[in-house]
Amino acid sequence: MDREELTEQETALYDRQIRVWGVDAQRRLSKSHILVSGLKGTVVEFCKNVVLAGVGSLTLNDDRPVTDELLSANFLVPPDENMYGGKSVAELCCDSLKDFNPMVRVAVQKGDVSSFDVDFFDKFDVVVVSCCSLTTKKLVNEKCRKLSKRVAFYTVDCRDSCGEIFVDLQDYIYSKKKLEETIECILLYPSFEDAIAMPWRSLPKRVSKLYFAMRVIERFEEAEGRKPGETSTADLPNVLKLRKDLCEAHSLSESQIPDSLLERLLAGTREFPPVCAIVGGILGQEVIKVISGKGDPLKNFFFFDAMDGKGIIEDISKTSS
Amino acid sequence: MASDLSVIEGAKLLMVGAGGIGCELLKTLALSGFKDIHIIDMDTIEVSNLNRQFLFRQSHVGQSKAKVARDAVVRFRPQISITPYHANVKDPDFNVDFFKQFNVVLNGLDNLDARRHVNRLCLAADVPLVESGTTGFLGQVTVHAKGKTECYECQPKPSPKTYPVCTITSTPSKFVHCIVWAKDLLFAKMFGDKNQENDLNVRTSDAASSSEHAEDVFESKKDEDIEQYGRRIYDHVFGYNIEVALSNEETWKNRNRPRPVYVRDVLATELIQQNGNVDKDLVAGDPLSVSAMASLGLKNPQDVWSLMENSRIFLEALKLFFLKRQKEIGNLSFDKDDQLAVEFVTAAANIRAASFGIPLHSLFEAKGIAGNIVHAVATTNAIIAGLIVIEAIKVLRKDTSNYRMTYCLEHPSRKMLLMPVEPFEPNKSCYVCSETPLSLEINTKRSKLRDFVEKVVKAKLGMNLPLIMHGQVLLYEVGDDLDEDMVANYEANLEKLLSELPSPVTGGTILTVEDLQQELTCNINVKHREDFDEEKEPDGMILSGWTQPPAAEKDGKESMGNGASTSSASQAIPLETIGDDDIEIVPVVTEGVAPERKRKLSDTSNAVTSDLSSVEHGTSSKKKPQEIDDDSDVVMLEDGDSGISKKKRLR
Ligand SMILES: [Zn+2]
Repeated sequence: MDREELTEQETALYDRQIRVWGVDAQRRLSKSHILVSGLKGTVVEFCKNVVLAGVGSLTLNDDRPVTDELLSANFLVPPDENMYGGKSVAELCCDSLKDFNPMVRVAVQKGDVSSFDVDFFDKFDVVVVSCCSLTTKKLVNEKCRKLSKRVAFYTVDCRDSCGEIFVDLQDYIYSKKKLEETIECILLYPSFEDAIAMPWRSLPKRVSKLYFAMRVIERFEEAEGRKPGETSTADLPNVLKLRKDLCEAHSLSESQIPDSLLERLLAGTREFPPVCAIVGGILGQEVIKVISGKGDPLKNFFFFDAMDGKGIIEDISKTSS
Repeated sequence: MASDLSVIEGAKLLMVGAGGIGCELLKTLALSGFKDIHIIDMDTIEVSNLNRQFLFRQSHVGQSKAKVARDAVVRFRPQISITPYHANVKDPDFNVDFFKQFNVVLNGLDNLDARRHVNRLCLAADVPLVESGTTGFLGQVTVHAKGKTECYECQPKPSPKTYPVCTITSTPSKFVHCIVWAKDLLFAKMFGDKNQENDLNVRTSDAASSSEHAEDVFESKKDEDIEQYGRRIYDHVFGYNIEVALSNEETWKNRNRPRPVYVRDVLATELIQQNGNVDKDLVAGDPLSVSAMASLGLKNPQDVWSLMENSRIFLEALKLFFLKRQKEIGNLSFDKDDQLAVEFVTAAANIRAASFGIPLHSLFEAKGIAGNIVHAVATTNAIIAGLIVIEAIKVLRKDTSNYRMTYCLEHPSRKMLLMPVEPFEPNKSCYVCSETPLSLEINTKRSKLRDFVEKVVKAKLGMNLPLIMHGQVLLYEVGDDLDEDMVANYEANLEKLLSELPSPVTGGTILTVEDLQQELTCNINVKHREDFDEEKEPDGMILSGWTQPPAAEKDGKESMGNGASTSSASQAIPLETIGDDDIEIVPVVTEGVAPERKRKLSDTSNAVTSDLSSVEHGTSSKKKPQEIDDDSDVVMLEDGDSGISKKKRLR
């Protein structure tokens, strides 16, 4: 690690957070490179958080043209069609984010994230994907895993007033202080594909119901060829059928995935901004932890539901069984 | 959640604070569809805000937070109405009637004083309050609804750390003691109001009655230049005063003896003569840009300077104050954003620390301690703001049974990073929301009304515009509409002993103290008491009837011996009461709740069981993340074939 000092400007700007995580962590942050794909409310919150924290660069990927729905939880783009000028969501967000912190390089990468080759991801330390299909999640995750260096991979999605984060740090070694001595800890993460393939019956009963519900919806969208979030309550009967099949296959009681929860997730296609702020905040914190090497990173799922107000970590990995 | 839209759109909100939490909150409220938001903040924008108060830019530095925040949010939600007030929430304009127009009040404040004030106005106006605070990765959101949940003051709040006078003036054992000395005594003496009582002064004149030290050493002499003056002050406070202290053998029986430090011992002659390059230096314009570090070529605020470097900074900073900021001398008070003041205090504290064998600290660390800077990051503020909006919506829907107090934790507790807890019921002995009388032990023959007003009415009761009555006799009152005779009368009363007031206050007297703005009345039963312990009861009076902050007594004891340092991040956060916009305090999280009262849990289902005491401890210290207890891994799985439950232990 090079010992170069932070500039006076950086010290002044980051004063309050250096008091939280220290100068070394700040230096590491300023050398890190992050890719985000799928710019809905939660990811926009995340982008704000890491740009403020002072990462080295942030690359935005989302070619979709701006729509009202896309902007419902977006505070980066003013709702003025005259200003869109045929630009994509990523391009419009980029202009705003640059303004937040002139010390962070914010750029746009056009294209479909699932089509980028392995080498493309080598440029990044952290990759976050959102609003994409199950296949894309698996694919990008696998590409990140093929690289010789560790690229931290995250997925994040919010539906109605619920949110989910998945984390794959592969094998993550970090040191933490236990009493007087520093001990080395190793966390082994499964890929997204391996994690969700874990038999449900091998999971603890207290696993958040959201975990199962999100898997059902994900499978439904995949099977129907829907875009993420392209659902409504009209889909409930078919989703319930799928739930029955999955529960039977996994020997899980259907009561573990309540109808009401599935109905909420299907209907709530519009983002709920407080949940975006919360989930985007947790994700930001996790990414900062991993880049700075400070603190215990979460393994490997996080769930938030505004209905009960709990923010829960679930460990869904092979190593626990 | 769509069904909430009508309550959201019809609501009128008051936000107090447009800082770290405020910026995030205003953004999230606007996105959530709120249409009528009023926001109060007296502060202006500073550079150190920009790392998290994302509605502000470099170009906004110096402007009103409330106004800039409004402009920034209206840009992405032009159709909503945001009314900014660049004002202090304690201004009389913001009275009970003002508060009554809102459906809910949301606090994003940075100090105890304002929080208490808003709490009282919300109680008086019967408007629910959503209170919040963050520090580092910790945060908390609470709903205070009159008669339904506890008010902000139902539980004791940790009071600001205080140190016994002798620890500061004579026997410092920790760096923070040196900082307090440098900031509150030396800096105040040199650059603040000369007429103010100051223990540094007392010690100086006490020390020698006949010698030159009997006169005010801080007055510069006719024949000395600024360099000579600086060196004389240096030798006096770090050399002579230590020698005087050393002469009191009793003090050092069980302590390490300090070492007097004189300029000649620390700086070589040539350095003494040409310290810094202030005369050649080009600094002009903004007086806050004057810097001793810059003129001495020291760059890194993270470096710990040697005694020599500290001495050079001390002399240089002192000189710069007199040469570049002469006009302000006599009116300055320490400000953590005043570079030269921070340099002076850092250097003075370090020289004193060196003298007492206490480890030296960097300017960065010293600034944090001196300015009581609380660690702040954007993510926690964003999360807390989201939780505030969720609670605000419940308040608007009158969904009382679902109100939650939520903790944002750094390390998971029982798998949770965000932990909701059922709110407390109001405390029946709370003097704020239950009108329980208080009792005051005081020496009525030796204490003046002024002591009572300063130490009880303002400091303890947090009143802004107090009125004090004994029976039907008005003893004291504050307000704009008083005529001159009355003001003079009250001024005279302030200087009178309690027992000699027009209506004498003695043991058994019941005083009524009222704040007309806060619409709060308390009755205080006065008990006369002759003596108080100077160290343990420095106020010379004791107010009881509401639980005292548990930390207060402990601090007093600790600072006598090995007091706790405020520099460590794992430490309980020092509570700041002077207005500092960067302080976002979590009183309950950082201090833990009153241990005898157990919080009920929000969810009886199963995931969380009892024992929340461990949670609160977990938030107050850098504790290991708790392993999810083994029991939680005992799972009941329904077997698809037999339908019979069986237990399976994982791991
Ligand atoms: Zn109360």
